[in-house]
Amino acid sequence: MNWFLFSSPSTFYRLAGSLAPWFFVLAAALAAAGLYIGFAVAPVDAVQGEVYRVIFLHVPAAWMSMFLYFVLAGWGAASLVFNTRLSAMMARAIAPTGAVFTFIALWSGAFWGKPTWGTYWVWDARMTSELVLLFLYFGFIALANAFEDPRRGDRAAALLGIIGLVNLPIIYFSVQWWNTLHQGSSVSFKGTTMHVAMFRGMMLMALACWMYAIGAALVRVRSIILEREARTRWVRELRGRPGVGAAEGSRA
Amino acid sequence: MNATAQATALPAPSGSFTTGFSWAIGRDLTLALRHPGETLLVVAFFVLVASLFPMGVGADPQLLLRIGPGVIWVCALLAAFLSLPALFSADYVDGTLEQMTLSPHPMPGWVCGKLAAHWLVSGLPLTVLSPLLGLQYGLQPDTLAALAVALALGTPVLSLLGGACSALSLGARGGGVLLALLALPLFVPVLIFGAGAAEAQAAGLSPAPHLSLLGALLVLAVMALPFAICAAVRIALD
Repeated sequence: MNWFLFSSPSTFYRLAGSLAPWFFVLAAALAAAGLYIGFAVAPVDAVQGEVYRVIFLHVPAAWMSMFLYFVLAGWGAASLVFNTRLSAMMARAIAPTGAVFTFIALWSGAFWGKPTWGTYWVWDARMTSELVLLFLYFGFIALANAFEDPRRGDRAAALLGIIGLVNLPIIYFSVQWWNTLHQGSSVSFKGTTMHVAMFRGMMLMALACWMYAIGAALVRVRSIILEREARTRWVRELRGRPGVGAAEGSRA
Repeated sequence: MNATAQATALPAPSGSFTTGFSWAIGRDLTLALRHPGETLLVVAFFVLVASLFPMGVGADPQLLLRIGPGVIWVCALLAAFLSLPALFSADYVDGTLEQMTLSPHPMPGWVCGKLAAHWLVSGLPLTVLSPLLGLQYGLQPDTLAALAVALALGTPVLSLLGGACSALSLGARGGGVLLALLALPLFVPVLIFGAGAAEAQAAGLSPAPHLSLLGALLVLAVMALPFAICAAVRIALD
C-alpha cells in the first residue's frame, strides 16, 4: 500500500470531494439528535434555569476552538518536517473554522454571562485566553496570506502556529493565576458531575461540531488546492471538461 | 545606513558561536551609536506615552498609584514593539542578512548577538528609566525596585518573542500592523507577570512568585526562541 497516495493534492482533491458531504450529513444528524436531547429531554438546570442550554453550543465550540489549534499546529509541523504541500494547505484550511468556533464560544459565552453573572464580559482567565486564541488565529491567517509566494506564507505561518502552541498553555496559566471567575469544568476524564441527559446532549453536539469542522476544512482545502494547482494539467482538464475531468485527473 | 556598519569587517572564515555573537552585537551597537536618534525615539515614546496617561485618566494620586505599574508595563511593551522592525528588516532589505547567513559563523550565534544588541538599546534604557516614570505615579521605592527587576527580566523575553515575529514577517505585506497582530498576543504572559510583580509589592505581598515565573519565561525563551528565529530567517531567505 502506498501511504503517500493521498499526500498528492490531485488525489486528495477527489478524496476530499467524496468525503466532505458525508461529514456534513453526519454533523447534521448528530446536531439534530444533540439539539433534541438538549431542548426536549435535558431537564432545566436547578440554579441557572433555561439559560444554561447555551452550554450545548458554547462548550463544544470552546473545545473545538482549542482542539483545532492543536490540529492546525500539527499540520504546520508536518509541513515543515516532511515539506509536504498538502499539510500546509490543511493548516490553512482549518484556521478559519477554528477562528469561527473561537468567536462562537466568546459570543455565546457573553450571552450566557449576562443573565448568570450579570455582565457580558469580564476579564476572566478562560475568556481572556480564548480572546488571545482568537488573535492567534487572526495572526496565523494574516501571516499565511501576507506573502506573494504562497509557499513562503505556508512555512512562516506553520512556524508561527508552533510558537503559538507552545505559548498557549503559558497564556492560559498566566491569566488563570491572574483572575478567575469562570466556573470550573464539570467534565473530566474521570467522569462528570452533570445530569446524564445534559452530558449526552453536549457530547452529541461536540461530535457534530467536530464533524462539521472536518467537512468545512475538506471543502476549504479543495478550494485551496484548485487555487494553487490552477496551472497544472489535471486542474485544466477538470475545468475544460466538467464531469469527466475528475476521473482522468489521476493520470495527469 | 548599513554601509557604515561594515566598518567592523567579518573575521577570518573559521566561525564559532562566540565570535559570531560578539561580531553581531558589536555591529548592531555601533549602528545604534551612530544613529542615536532612533534609539532615543523609542525611549522618548516610552516617556511620552507614560506621561500622557495621567492627563487622560485624571491626576488623582490614589488612581495613579493603582494603575502605575500596569501603565508603565504597557508602555514598555509598545516601545519594545516599536523598535522591532529595525531588528531584521533593514538587513533583510539590503541583503546584509543573506550575507550573514552565508558567513561561517553558526546562525544562532549572530542571531543571539543581534537580539542582545536590540535588548541593550531598547529594553535596558526602559528598565533604567522606569523608576523615574514610577515616581510620576507616586509609587513607593520598594514598588519601584520590583518594577525595575520585573522589567529587567521581562524585556529580554519581549526582544526574543518580538524577534521571532519580526523574522517571520520579513518581506510580508502590511508590515507594522501584521507585526502587532503577531507579537502583542504572545506578549500577554510577560505583561501579566511583570505588572503583577509590582502590584503584589504595592499590595504588601511578595513579588517573588511573579519574578520567578518571569525568570522561568526568560529561561524558556532563551533556550527555545533563538532556534525558532533562525528557522524563520531561513524561511525568509529561502
